[in-house]
Amino acid sequence: MLGYYIDLAIRSLKRSPGLTLLMILTVGFGVAASMVTYSVFRAVSGDPIPWKSAQLYVPQIEMWGPKGHGGPGDNGDPPDAMDYTDAIALMRDHRARYQSAMYMITPSVVPAEAGKHPINVEGHAVFNEFFPMTDAPFKYGSGWSASDDDQRAAVAVISEKLNQKLFGGANSVGKVVDIDGKDYRVVGVLNKWEPQPRFYDVSNTGGFTTNADDVFIPFMRAIDVDMSNDGNTNCAETPAQSGFKGLQLSSCIWISYMVQLDSAAQAKAYKDYLDGYAREQQRSGRFSWPPNNRLRDLHAWLDAEHVVPSDTEVSLLVAIGLLLVCLVNTAGLLLAKFLRRSNEIGVRRAIGAPRSAIYAQFLVEAGIVGLSGGVLGLLLTGVGIHGVSWVLPKDIANLAHLDVQLLLLTLIVAVVSTMLAGIYPTYRASRVQPAWQLKSN
Amino acid sequence: MHIQPILAALRRHKAGTVLIALQIALTLAIVCNALFIINQRLAHIDEPSGVDEANLFVIANQWGEQYSTQEAVERIEQDLVTLRQLPGVQDVTSSNNYPIRGISNDNFITMTPDQRAPTSDAAYYMGDANFVRTLGLKLIAGRDFRPEEVQNQGLRQTVDPSVAIISKAMATKLFPNSDALGKHFYAMTPNPITVIGIVDVLHRGDVSTWSAPYIGESMIVPVRPADPYGIYYIVRTKPGQLAAAMRAAPKALYAENRMRMIDPKDGLLSFAQVRHRAFESDRGMAILMSIICIVLLAITAAGIIGLTSFWVGQRRRQIGVRRALGATHRDIMQYFMTENLLISLGGLAIGVVLAFGLNLWLHIHLELKVLPLTYVLGGTVILLLLGQGAVFAPALRASRVPPIEATRPA
Repeated sequence: MLGYYIDLAIRSLKRSPGLTLLMILTVGFGVAASMVTYSVFRAVSGDPIPWKSAQLYVPQIEMWGPKGHGGPGDNGDPPDAMDYTDAIALMRDHRARYQSAMYMITPSVVPAEAGKHPINVEGHAVFNEFFPMTDAPFKYGSGWSASDDDQRAAVAVISEKLNQKLFGGANSVGKVVDIDGKDYRVVGVLNKWEPQPRFYDVSNTGGFTTNADDVFIPFMRAIDVDMSNDGNTNCAETPAQSGFKGLQLSSCIWISYMVQLDSAAQAKAYKDYLDGYAREQQRSGRFSWPPNNRLRDLHAWLDAEHVVPSDTEVSLLVAIGLLLVCLVNTAGLLLAKFLRRSNEIGVRRAIGAPRSAIYAQFLVEAGIVGLSGGVLGLLLTGVGIHGVSWVLPKDIANLAHLDVQLLLLTLIVAVVSTMLAGIYPTYRASRVQPAWQLKSN
Repeated sequence: MHIQPILAALRRHKAGTVLIALQIALTLAIVCNALFIINQRLAHIDEPSGVDEANLFVIANQWGEQYSTQEAVERIEQDLVTLRQLPGVQDVTSSNNYPIRGISNDNFITMTPDQRAPTSDAAYYMGDANFVRTLGLKLIAGRDFRPEEVQNQGLRQTVDPSVAIISKAMATKLFPNSDALGKHFYAMTPNPITVIGIVDVLHRGDVSTWSAPYIGESMIVPVRPADPYGIYYIVRTKPGQLAAAMRAAPKALYAENRMRMIDPKDGLLSFAQVRHRAFESDRGMAILMSIICIVLLAITAAGIIGLTSFWVGQRRRQIGVRRALGATHRDIMQYFMTENLLISLGGLAIGVVLAFGLNLWLHIHLELKVLPLTYVLGGTVILLLLGQGAVFAPALRASRVPPIEATRPA
């Protein structure tokens, strides 16, 4: 029977090619618009480390007090990064399974070969636990040890890209790299690792970046050699003393902090620890306000930092609206198309077709329109995703891509939504009174 | 034209009528908000920077060696001389930032040292005695910096400027009722800063939404950032010589000192490129919303044509009867046009509610501003015209139905 209905549907669609084309175009455009914007949305709202995001937390401490509040958009949250004093205190207490303070650096790397220009690289100064915490993938070697941190060793982990540039891609563990004029021993080379968003340091990178980190060096080593921070520095008051040392003594925030806590109980304990820490600071007179801390897991943190650009959400919403209009439109056109064939329905019903047969016939027809619209939508989605890089900023547009999942979703959305749109017209068609139709002929 | 018979006929086509009305309502809701977004973005893109954009380019220079503050000062001065000697170059300055770069250095501004809530959060430019002239800023009151006023500032050193040139927008914000010239303010500094000059327009470094309350509020202090890490050189060329000077500049700098880094991707930018990059996402959003609007209007128009054509086909006999009873072409035409008008008005009435509803949602969740009534009125007019335009062809076809149809079976 299905084959027969498909045949009927195709004949019917061929009879009014204009209307059919209109419906297919409508479904195609509607589906494509929502799929393209969805692909962008999916790309920016994805979980950068899905297997672990529930165990990663970002602590926030109120170290500014009332002075840091009252600006536009203030919601009472403590600052979204750390000052040096508190970051170091938390590192020293070492209460989480893994933890690392980190700050963004942009040192110059001078290739060993004579006559080559120095290159500017991005990187982070981190503690050894950064690597197991973020599951950074190593190609050669590994991260450094806790004792390297303690001894402020001149060691470095470099990216595959930098390894390619400096050592031609060979295993460079044990070799020496010149960072800001000082020699560092390579202990590890990462595999390609470009988590988007760069979840471990959202406050400095803004989340999505086209560049990836090329070097990681021990935090205390970077402090020792006065390697200045890049990214954001926010101050509630001007530092009392000059220079990078002055920044370290100030309450300015420039350090990101992340911890790994494996269970809800551990998270609770850590939050209690943070509050205890703040109370202690209050007792000692450093803070003149009660604790106002946060401990957000990675999802909540990315949310709070508005990592997903609101433009993306607006676009998705508007595109879904467009799809909705397309469906209402398709419903109207299907209604016109089905009711035009009241005669045919009358005849079929008169010679014994039950209502369910009419339902089946017209839903198959709607499904075929949906499928054709879906195929067109697929093409348009492909074109759209390609064209998105022309419309949106590169760091976001590059993330959108067409994969099997999106492909299937496009087809499913097209078919299901067209069939939904076809339900009412089909219902109307099935209510056609055979007697009337036959009489008027 | 009698409306009564049209309404009576529409009651027999409830489903079709409701679908068209619903479509028009949704279209209005989306189009109003999309147009509002487009207009806001376009206004943002057109914000004036205040600088001579056609003849400016910027070099982001970073050093490949570690320099002390004094060494950095010497290198910077040498670089400025090298750049100034290039053919076609009119003036050169160095700064920590430049307008619409995308990122601001900004300081809270207070009128007294112990004020709690800041009066402004102004963009903070460090410039030498050439800054105003090179950028082509329009000094509307007071004077420019004198060379001896300019202090050097090493990495994270704090110098305490005593004078500043501020933008008119900042002057108005700080001193709404009086002349700002000669008055004082604090920019997270221990000592007051005296206003010695006012420039007409100077955009902030960033173009973000957070800084919208402080738009155009900028200050320049007579400081040269002698950062051992790097600096921006802003070069103004003589008219028509921008491209040539941009090609020559990095070569000349590298020839003078090889231990520097000018990023091949964005180390050298003309101001046109700076503007393009700054507003990339706004332009993208405007284009995206325009595409969606056009597709939406096209689909709605097509839907109206499709359904009306169907109705015309369905009612050929009735039209024939009316024609036979003396109705003119115009009467038939008017019938369908009025019918569409009534459906549209119904749809638009719902649409207005939906438009504000959608706007409210966007306002609460995604910080869109409140939709002005003009957009809703504009959208209403657009959709009424669209409906009338779309219905025209089927209505015309209907008016050509000959009276003889009355005698034919349906």
